[in-house]
Amino acid sequence: MNLVAFLGALEIGCVYGLVALGVFLSFRVLNFPDLTVDGSFPLGAAVVATLIVAGADPYLATAVAVLAGAAAGLVTAFLNLRFRILHLLASILTMIALYSVNLRIMGRPNVAIIAEPTVITPFEGLGLAGLYLKPLVAFAVVAIVAALLARFLVSEYGLAMRATGANPRMARAQGIATAQSTYVGMALSNAMVALGGALFAQMNGFADITIGTGTIVVGLAAVIVGEAIFRGGGIVVAVAACLLGSVIYRLAVALALNADFIGLKASDLNLVTALLVTVALILPGARNPLKALLTRGGK
Amino acid sequence: MIRIENLHVTFNPGTAIETRALRGLDLEIPAGQFVTVIGSNGAGKTTLLNCLTGEVPPTEGRILIDGTDVTLWPATRRSALVARVFQDPLAGTCEALTIEENLALAAARGTRRGLASALHAARRAEFREKISRLGLGLEDRLGDRMGLLSGGQRQAVSLVMATLRPTKILLLDEHTAALDPRMQDFVQRLTRELVEAERLTTLMVTHAMRQALELGGRTVMLHEGRAVLDVADEERAGLGPADLVALFAEVRGQELDSDSLLLS
Repeated sequence: MNLVAFLGALEIGCVYGLVALGVFLSFRVLNFPDLTVDGSFPLGAAVVATLIVAGADPYLATAVAVLAGAAAGLVTAFLNLRFRILHLLASILTMIALYSVNLRIMGRPNVAIIAEPTVITPFEGLGLAGLYLKPLVAFAVVAIVAALLARFLVSEYGLAMRATGANPRMARAQGIATAQSTYVGMALSNAMVALGGALFAQMNGFADITIGTGTIVVGLAAVIVGEAIFRGGGIVVAVAACLLGSVIYRLAVALALNADFIGLKASDLNLVTALLVTVALILPGARNPLKALLTRGGK
Repeated sequence: MIRIENLHVTFNPGTAIETRALRGLDLEIPAGQFVTVIGSNGAGKTTLLNCLTGEVPPTEGRILIDGTDVTLWPATRRSALVARVFQDPLAGTCEALTIEENLALAAARGTRRGLASALHAARRAEFREKISRLGLGLEDRLGDRMGLLSGGQRQAVSLVMATLRPTKILLLDEHTAALDPRMQDFVQRLTRELVEAERLTTLMVTHAMRQALELGGRTVMLHEGRAVLDVADEERAGLGPADLVALFAEVRGQELDSDSLLLS
């Protein structure tokens, strides 16, 4: 693996680290299997690209993208809590609706912003080669978000949110408004995923309607890899593990793709990811906390 | 003080599986009294507790706590006044969270939960002190996951959690039933100590007649959603478990008689 491939893997690992944090919050903390991310990731990209093309400030555009993601999470939570639609189905409904919404926002399947200013532009004057700059910015963003998330989860409100996912009846008996903390958690989760999408678009110079496909599986893979490596420890370790899991997963993929003797092509990525998650779920003795949520009879 | 007026709860009204769990229950419990509640399965004991916590809305009637009508308060709002220990040790705590995190959850019961850190030095010291009183050695394991504790240890921690915040009412739902005899005695003793120390108005549901007479100062027997026996103080002191069982059978016998009358 050469330096370009290595830095590229770091960059994409950090961008998808945001997805992993979002997936961690919904799946692990709230116990809410949420597939909305397949729609909220491209939603973030679509909003940011469209606004930047229209001449908006890239930071403002990113903020709007984050809010759009939060709104998508609220819709899924609303369908589940208000109308008692099953978690998975509620999130699939939002996801499929977002496909059309994203096309409406962009007006076409692909928007290029390669020549436009992005959130990275202000840092380009610092004299750092573009090769190093992008992974650095991506890492800074995801590290800040992860730190904020970890701090949130050890707060009174964050602890209440964790109780909501772990034992809702006990949470209510302790005076926790479980519906409210589910709304807040789902909004935060999809806001982080949309931020990932917004960063992805600005790093790669385009937003495309297809970039959302399989986002959830990539996020799950990162969470699973992270938990497999950093087992035990408190919630702060678990949050850091998601981020590191995402980077390690991308590095492993880059290694595999670059090793000619395996004969893998870049287009095999989704197949490899699906296999990895499947193996992690069916491997006997794998003490994977997600297993209970994602397999029948696991609980 | 708790006042329950003409409380009715009907599940699935108007259907073939309609269940009238409570049928006009009246009960007044003065502040600081420890009441044990007995009754056969389906007598309405758990429904009564669920009404007090706000988990089950009454079909009819009122519930007043210290003179305030709380009938329409949701469970989250009620939690500022009511603490509960469940029968199932798994139900009252979060096994995925640590002991101190569980305690922190209970310490914030009935308060606004903000973004301040849930655990800090002063709080940890308070938890340590409260948990060390149990004499189970758990004060050195505050960072352990709750799931690592035995059922009895979890019930003991649940009791501490219930009394961390000043509370008006403590509800105990057969909280020793799932424990082995030794742990049962321990949790029973702990219950008595905590209730006396905090002077809590307490309602304890139990199936064990002996326990119903040993703890507290008043025993109420529910049958078919109504209070059919209410003994306190001297009258109760003269009763043994056998007398209670006899009274129990008497109440059930009446029911059998009326059934046989209907059938004949």
